[in-house]
Amino acid sequence: MSKRHVTTVVNGDQTEFLADPGMTLLDALRDELNLTGTKEGCGSGDCGACTVILDGRIVCSCLVLAPEAEGKRVETIEGLAHDGRLHALQQKFLEHAALQCGFCTPGFLMASKALLDANPDPTETEARYWLAGNLCRCTGYDKIIRAVLDAAAELRQARVA
Amino acid sequence: MAHVVVNSECAAFTGGVTEFNIAADTVRRLVAELDARFPGLGEFVDRRMAVAIDGEIHQDAWLSPIGPDSEVFLIPRIGGG
Amino acid sequence: MSEVLDKPALKVVGTRPIRPDGADKVTGRAAYAADFAMPGQLVGKILRSPHAHARIVSIDTRKARALPGVKAVVIGKDFPDIASTFHEGGEAASNMRDLAMNVIARDKVLYEGHAVAAVAATSSARADEALALIEVTYEILPHVIDVEAAMRPDAPVLHDHMFTEGLEAKPTKASNIVKRNRIARGDLAEGFAAADVIVERRYTTKAVHQGYIEPHACVAAWGADGQCQIWCSSQGAFMVQTYTAQVLAMENSNIRVTPAEIGGGFGGKTTVYIEPVALVLSRQSGSPVKIVMTRDEVFRATGPTSGGVVEVKLGATRDGTITAAEVEMKFQAGAFPGSPVGAASMTALACYDIPNLQITGWDVVSNMSKIAAYRAPGAPIAAFGVESAVDELAKQLDIDPIDLRLKNGVRNGVKAAYGPTFANIGYLDTLAAVKDSAHYKTKLGPNQGRGVAAGFWFNIGGLSTAAIHVQEDGSVVVATGNPDIGGSRASMAMMAAETLGVPVEKVRPIVADTASIGFSMLTGGSRVTFATGMAVVTAAQTVVDNLKARAAKLWEVPVDQVAWQDGQAVCLDASKDVKPMPLATLAAQAGRTGGPISAESAINAQGAGPGFGVHLCDVEVDPETGHVTVLRYTAAQDVGKAIHPSYVEGQVQGGVAQGVGWALNEEYVFGPDGKMENSGFLDYRVPVASDLPMIDAILVETAPNPRHPYGAKGVGEVPIVPPLAAVANAVSQAIGVRMTHLPLSPPAIVAAIEAGRG
Repeated sequence: MSKRHVTTVVNGDQTEFLADPGMTLLDALRDELNLTGTKEGCGSGDCGACTVILDGRIVCSCLVLAPEAEGKRVETIEGLAHDGRLHALQQKFLEHAALQCGFCTPGFLMASKALLDANPDPTETEARYWLAGNLCRCTGYDKIIRAVLDAAAELRQARVA
Repeated sequence: MAHVVVNSECAAFTGGVTEFNIAADTVRRLVAELDARFPGLGEFVDRRMAVAIDGEIHQDAWLSPIGPDSEVFLIPRIGGG
Repeated sequence: MSEVLDKPALKVVGTRPIRPDGADKVTGRAAYAADFAMPGQLVGKILRSPHAHARIVSIDTRKARALPGVKAVVIGKDFPDIASTFHEGGEAASNMRDLAMNVIARDKVLYEGHAVAAVAATSSARADEALALIEVTYEILPHVIDVEAAMRPDAPVLHDHMFTEGLEAKPTKASNIVKRNRIARGDLAEGFAAADVIVERRYTTKAVHQGYIEPHACVAAWGADGQCQIWCSSQGAFMVQTYTAQVLAMENSNIRVTPAEIGGGFGGKTTVYIEPVALVLSRQSGSPVKIVMTRDEVFRATGPTSGGVVEVKLGATRDGTITAAEVEMKFQAGAFPGSPVGAASMTALACYDIPNLQITGWDVVSNMSKIAAYRAPGAPIAAFGVESAVDELAKQLDIDPIDLRLKNGVRNGVKAAYGPTFANIGYLDTLAAVKDSAHYKTKLGPNQGRGVAAGFWFNIGGLSTAAIHVQEDGSVVVATGNPDIGGSRASMAMMAAETLGVPVEKVRPIVADTASIGFSMLTGGSRVTFATGMAVVTAAQTVVDNLKARAAKLWEVPVDQVAWQDGQAVCLDASKDVKPMPLATLAAQAGRTGGPISAESAINAQGAGPGFGVHLCDVEVDPETGHVTVLRYTAAQDVGKAIHPSYVEGQVQGGVAQGVGWALNEEYVFGPDGKMENSGFLDYRVPVASDLPMIDAILVETAPNPRHPYGAKGVGEVPIVPPLAAVANAVSQAIGVRMTHLPLSPPAIVAAIEAGRG
């Protein structure tokens, strides 16, 4: 089978690549576009390490076929910081020590961003259930949740100001 | 004389005896002494055991000093995760 | 060393700066092994046995070799035969023959997933096609997995030359029982005779996996001159170098290993699986080869830790004095010897001052993946049994479970169950911290229960090298050889900054490869902050002495007239009218005052202090579904001194989460054919964010370790030891039925409730 030509917008940039029909979006990002920030933890959509935002919705990129990105907007961890400034979530993850090995962190950050875009004032329970699709084996989630809630508060304040 | 206690694995070399008094001022001398009394024990200890000297655990420690009244325990090397 | 503890208040140690490698980790820039690519690299994949136990009759690789795009195909015969010797590379010595045979099977496969062959091809698809073309003929043999089944005299035997060690009479028939160990003191019969109350019970656990989110990955390149390079995810580059060299009968110095960032290890990455295979594929193909395990492979063919049987008998007098304890444990070792039953035996009663005790441990092989270390290996399983029994004892005696532990708890001067006398421990303070907590006073509601449990781990020291280089602008580089799993780079930088008297932002810590730093034992055993920290401080102290000496020469005073304060050389001779010289000034003049300012410290750190943890868990059980909600969790730990409190808390919280998963949901499920049935995160159910509450970590610092410059003890492993029993004790109280088999999955709880009713 011949490769498919895919045109998509990744982190705001018009991008194109060639994909085998069975290639996942995760493999396309990592191997064709050299955006290795998105990680593979399981390949079956169970761990969330490959979380990206596709047309505004979080998806496991290992469960999306690369050609499905045609004409869509993809946001990955590489696009979270802007103009050299970390996003509030990234900053709070650092301040709260919400990462140890850091492997699950890109997935958590993208999922958290989608949470705060949809719900700027989540409760602890809402945050925990939203993020239940992202596995972390190092932290026990305590500091991750604190970081997300703290970032939410900061973003709310910035909006008011 | 240091008071030395060995564990059940070492007891296989000593015919079941697990406590001795041994004159040794370093771990290396202790190992040599043990091997002199019970051939093969020295190499076994060197390879597989850690040494607790007065409560402090030493591993790979030929030169660690042993006091004249020290309590010395030979315990299996500890590997963590 | 104690003089350092008496020094004026610490400025950096004990604070919470942002970790120096943090920005890379939150922007996706940090490079893990699977993120590496070398020009011309091939994709390597491994063919694995579909059978739990079989003889390999023949392997035909001709069709695979003929496939276009396939550049190398290897089988067991392409690897050297390795003698059965013990060699150090990890922390304890491992049998190199076993390691080599686990990396790739020779004439037998011993578990489903055992590597049988490997290919390197120009693409992933090609590699898969090639694997499918390799023809292996197996003679299937009966298999055995359960530990007690494997001990039976009629069990299928894995190794023809395995005769149980540690028995009074040496057996004549081969079996699956590797060895028996025993710890004993006092008079067991007398001890039990003196008891008013006796608790006797049998507990079982299942095999669980370390569960790191990053699968094993490496890129290996065989040089035309035989000099090789490996980039990999591991807990120790020197360990990878040594083990790979041993398995391939090569010299260490021909293998340069660069540690990538590691996505979790917990002990499971203290050995090698794919690195030797990738190197041999690279040699055959003439190109670099990248191997990345799938999650399925990780479950079937790496780790896990043992499942086991723990039988406990405790005797106590009415006033709560434990007079006797007997423990017998049987652990699965997987396909090759080496379960952690020995360490489990030593830790089982380590929290208790009991005069009469006997602990027996059996190491048993069976047809599952070779066991790998998992955070305080063996201790959680032993603690599950002992701490559950102590809980039952407390209830029978009607004594508060913390009070019972306070009464029988070890303190300085007490002989440990495994032999040596304790010094500088804070176990009783840790119990008191939990007893005083607001959590302990919280009232419980219906269907709720509370569990207390304690845990112990030795922690180790070991070989570490650290190098400190002062740059010409006064900033500082600290190089060590320990992969950073949990934030250790931050604490290395902090300890160097504290000793040098400079802000932590001026210190850049790096993790160096095997050719760029002196030898370091791997990251594990809770040793890095202790041992590598000591090396860092010692090197920093040497740098300080060097700086003082230079200042003394410049000021023309004896060196004892120079002090180092707050990052500056200060002249103590009042007659000299000189201003203090900061590090940056001395650094700028380094060339003219003797040369570059660098120091290296290579040590074998002894005297690591053991750690104790006491955990408190509240649960609510849904009696209809058996679902358990963890309501509250408090974990207190004797840490000595928390260098970076956030990362110490992180270790505690992470260990708790793993322990909760071990208690409630995680287990290896095997089918009747010996194959793992739940080799993915959907059915191998680790805790997710919605399964847990906030975890309150209490850091007890009343007993610093005088051996460490800042009093630190290892902290990473203790936290996984108490949770199994803490959760089980809570569930048992909530439903009024003693739970003795893990995991406490909903069907098991519902069944227990129904049995309790009937």
